Amino acid sequence: MLRIDELRVNYGGIEAVKGITFQVPEREIVTLIGANGAGKSTTLRSIAGLVKPASGRIHLQGDDITGLSPDRIVSKGVTLVPEGRRVFPDLTVLENLKIGAYLRKDDLEDDLKWVYDLFPRLKERSWQAAGTLSGGEQQMLAVGRALMSRPKIMMMDEPSLGLAPIVVRGIFDIIREINRQGVTILLIEQNANMALNIADTAYVLETGRITLSGTGKELLNNAAVKKAYLG
Amino acid sequence: MQYYLSIILSGISLGGQYALIAIGYTMVYGILRLINFAHGDVFMVAGLMMVYLSAWLPLPISLPLMLLLTAALGFLIERAAYKPLRSAPRMSSMISAIGVSYLLQNLATYVTGGLPQMYPKIPFLSDIVVIAGVSTKWVTIITPFLVLALVIALTQLINHSKVGMAMRAVAKDFETSQLMGIKINSVISATFIIGSFLAGLGSMLYFTNYQSIVPLSGALPGLRAFVAAVFGGIGSIPGAVVGAFIIGISETVIKGSDWSVFSDAFTFALLIIILVVKPTGLFGEKTTDKV
Repeated sequence: MLRIDELRVNYGGIEAVKGITFQVPEREIVTLIGANGAGKSTTLRSIAGLVKPASGRIHLQGDDITGLSPDRIVSKGVTLVPEGRRVFPDLTVLENLKIGAYLRKDDLEDDLKWVYDLFPRLKERSWQAAGTLSGGEQQMLAVGRALMSRPKIMMMDEPSLGLAPIVVRGIFDIIREINRQGVTILLIEQNANMALNIADTAYVLETGRITLSGTGKELLNNAAVKKAYLG
Repeated sequence: MQYYLSIILSGISLGGQYALIAIGYTMVYGILRLINFAHGDVFMVAGLMMVYLSAWLPLPISLPLMLLLTAALGFLIERAAYKPLRSAPRMSSMISAIGVSYLLQNLATYVTGGLPQMYPKIPFLSDIVVIAGVSTKWVTIITPFLVLALVIALTQLINHSKVGMAMRAVAKDFETSQLMGIKINSVISATFIIGSFLAGLGSMLYFTNYQSIVPLSGALPGLRAFVAAVFGGIGSIPGAVVGAFIIGISETVIKGSDWSVFSDAFTFALLIIILVVKPTGLFGEKTTDKV
């Protein structure tokens, strides 16, 4: 579904991504794992159109989407749940969800119901300002907001960051559920254990290069991965 | 008694005119964190455009045309002077804003030859009305109501429309707004268009009370409106409006007293006091950000 070829991205004066190639097959959960500064976020940000790649190509279902503006990319069905959640704190929960569907002109009722079914907590807090939610609830909202654009592929940047282990488990269950309902997932995580457990395909990124790849299970049992990322 | 009534009436009216300018400052600041120093000069150019347009065209055409051109001017200034500096340090756009301010003043001097231009009489607005024994122009009476209606319409737009929601989102977080599919440049343009349109309207009300207009006519009203925006809490529209009415009324009251020469000193002393005592202003941005 998503194909990345020889992607190079400069970010903050350095070459953060040094020519990576990988694929995200339809309906799969794919994860990129790696240490801080390995280029994971930069990769997602360039797919989302926030940073322009220096070279390389990004294809979505055969269409070249390299270098398109973020709104064009969203309208093609690619969404990013940003690192640190970044919900709009002054907007209500409902407004946050509606703004996730900003480019859509059709009826949102079914999608709101879908998101509220996935996250009943959001329904209870629908009229509350998003800034008053707990970290876990904000992460639910960030995911719900991304789903409101009716994505074909949802990218997630460190969804477990700063959350309690039990909350993280809840989030990962939901990721799996969303995937089961047909949304392709591209996930990046420092929490390699969780990510590899749910991933169909996984890649290890080290200082801007892919150094290992395989199924989630394979990497989970790989000696080098165990040593470096699973402690 | 009649004397005080007339002072209060013109104070409220002046406050309303400042409010229309202050909204432009505060909206642009809210979204770009930029003090648009050229805003007062946009207000002046709107006045000059009315002078020239009304000499050529009948009022029902020249007035809307002036508003349209003022909105377009705000749009153009943003595209030419601020948009290219979007990712530059904020100070760069501030300096660019000061540059645009001088550019507009100098262009105005060039076009007018530096001579004061007579502001056209706008029928009805310039007509005299007598209220409780006080004779004043209709504009004095109409201004506060018009301002109130516009502010209500504007807050409705911002709180209950899609573009308003986008404005609030962009004001908080450029990048995440882009991830939602919001075209931030369009939202920023919309902000400048609204702000300049209101300044154009404000200029019509303001200059109706004055005989003439010179290239520096926008400087002081612009500064006072800026103080009003800071006083009310820059970034907040209700704050700017309340601040503008306070500044407008104080100014008129002081001008009508024995200390009339101190009216501007008072305004700017107010600025210093609010910056020292409560830098976020009366309705300053509350920070609910959670990290």
